[in-house]
Amino acid sequence: MPLPDAEVLLARLTDEMRPAVSPDTLLVGIHTGGVWLAQRLHQALELRQPLGTIDVSFYRDDYGSRGLHARVKPSEIPFEIADADVILVDDVLYTGRTIRAALNELFDYGRPRRVRLAALVDRGGRELPIAAQFVGAEVGVRDDEQIELKKAADGRLSLIVNPPAGAA
Amino acid sequence: MAYNPQLNANGELQHLLTIEGLPREIIISILDTAHSFLSVAEREIKKVPLLRGKSVFNLFFESSTRTRTTFEIAAKRLSADVINLNVGTSSQSKGETLLDTVANLSAMHADMFVVRHSQSGAAHLIARHVAPYIHVINAGDGRHAHPTQGLLDMFTIRHYKKDFSNLRVAVVGDVLHSRVARSQIHALTTLGVPEVRVVGPRTLLPTNVSELGVQVYHDMAQGLKDVDVVIMLRLQNERMNGALLPSAQEFFKYYGLTPEKLALARSDAIVMHPGPMNRGVEIDSSVADGRQSVILPQVTFGIAVRMAVMSILAGNT
Repeated sequence: MPLPDAEVLLARLTDEMRPAVSPDTLLVGIHTGGVWLAQRLHQALELRQPLGTIDVSFYRDDYGSRGLHARVKPSEIPFEIADADVILVDDVLYTGRTIRAALNELFDYGRPRRVRLAALVDRGGRELPIAAQFVGAEVGVRDDEQIELKKAADGRLSLIVNPPAGAA
Repeated sequence: MAYNPQLNANGELQHLLTIEGLPREIIISILDTAHSFLSVAEREIKKVPLLRGKSVFNLFFESSTRTRTTFEIAAKRLSADVINLNVGTSSQSKGETLLDTVANLSAMHADMFVVRHSQSGAAHLIARHVAPYIHVINAGDGRHAHPTQGLLDMFTIRHYKKDFSNLRVAVVGDVLHSRVARSQIHALTTLGVPEVRVVGPRTLLPTNVSELGVQVYHDMAQGLKDVDVVIMLRLQNERMNGALLPSAQEFFKYYGLTPEKLALARSDAIVMHPGPMNRGVEIDSSVADGRQSVILPQVTFGIAVRMAVMSILAGNT
């Protein structure tokens, strides 16, 4: 099944979020795809606060079996989290484990007033009680396929499906 | 590829024993990971859960304050349980062997040993005899190696100079007795620093030091000329048997880093020192506390680098 155009989904997501944010809403993108999306959303929604980014590598629940991710990026939360209205931004919502890790990290910066979640695509398959408030589209793919957000040199975003490892 | 006791079958870091022979990519990944740990120290909760449930044993057969403390802080910021043992004062003085001590601590379910010992090779010996799930970090062995110090020095240089490919670095003083110098030299050459100099009196430089890929200077004015980084070493009084030096005063006169000597380096050169400093012996107070000194940032960076090493090791099973 061909995936929808990421730029169309991003426009839809922006329209969905616009009435639900205030200029003081804090956007926090989850590395790497979520940061690209958060940058675009931050601009389109004309938010006043700087953009935050989170790399969940230090909070992942598979560290014991998979070790540390080789390319950890620093998390940057350049604002007070205490009592803030936060929206986490990720590209693909699947098991919910990444969001669980991001929430844990966020709370080590302080106690936010509210945290919501925006995802470009929701592919189902949740393993934790986590839901997104803003979704570009729900898509169906096989369990062994992986959806990945790509960013072209000109900044255009696109979604691709990676076949399972081993398949050509 | 030559057998490297630090790497597992997948080429990942299993123990950190020495920088010699460590692949460049592994050094870079440690520095990159440490960069991500820096910001953890600025948060309300300065902990991440990576090593939750793991036990880290600080096994110090030789005294140390800064290194042991920064390892302890690093392990605690990773949520590990930390047990500090000053073994000089415990069972070893009752005659227990090194490997028996380690075997007993392993029976207490240790996951990681951080080892300092006055004998070169002590950490290697332990690494060869522990169970495969236990990781060993060398925190200084004799005159041999002090890899986390070498790595934190590289982190410091990269922080201030951004890139290694265009640097002149001078390592000054008692290279002969210094495990720190050896780790620094291996790290600098592995990372591609084009010009590494060692500067010191003949009696305090190893005779074959140029084989490590460094240029040898006995004169400070020449050795410091146009360098980007000056690394001062501690004059190791406690390791000196015999008359290698006339006196500390004379050493200071020729090799102590004063503002006048530092002026020969580039105007944006940074000054580093692994500590503890002997003020007025290898470094003048006005330099140690001066604008070019990055000696205290080195200590702060040391925590992030040790967190990186521990979290990479513990994740490689």
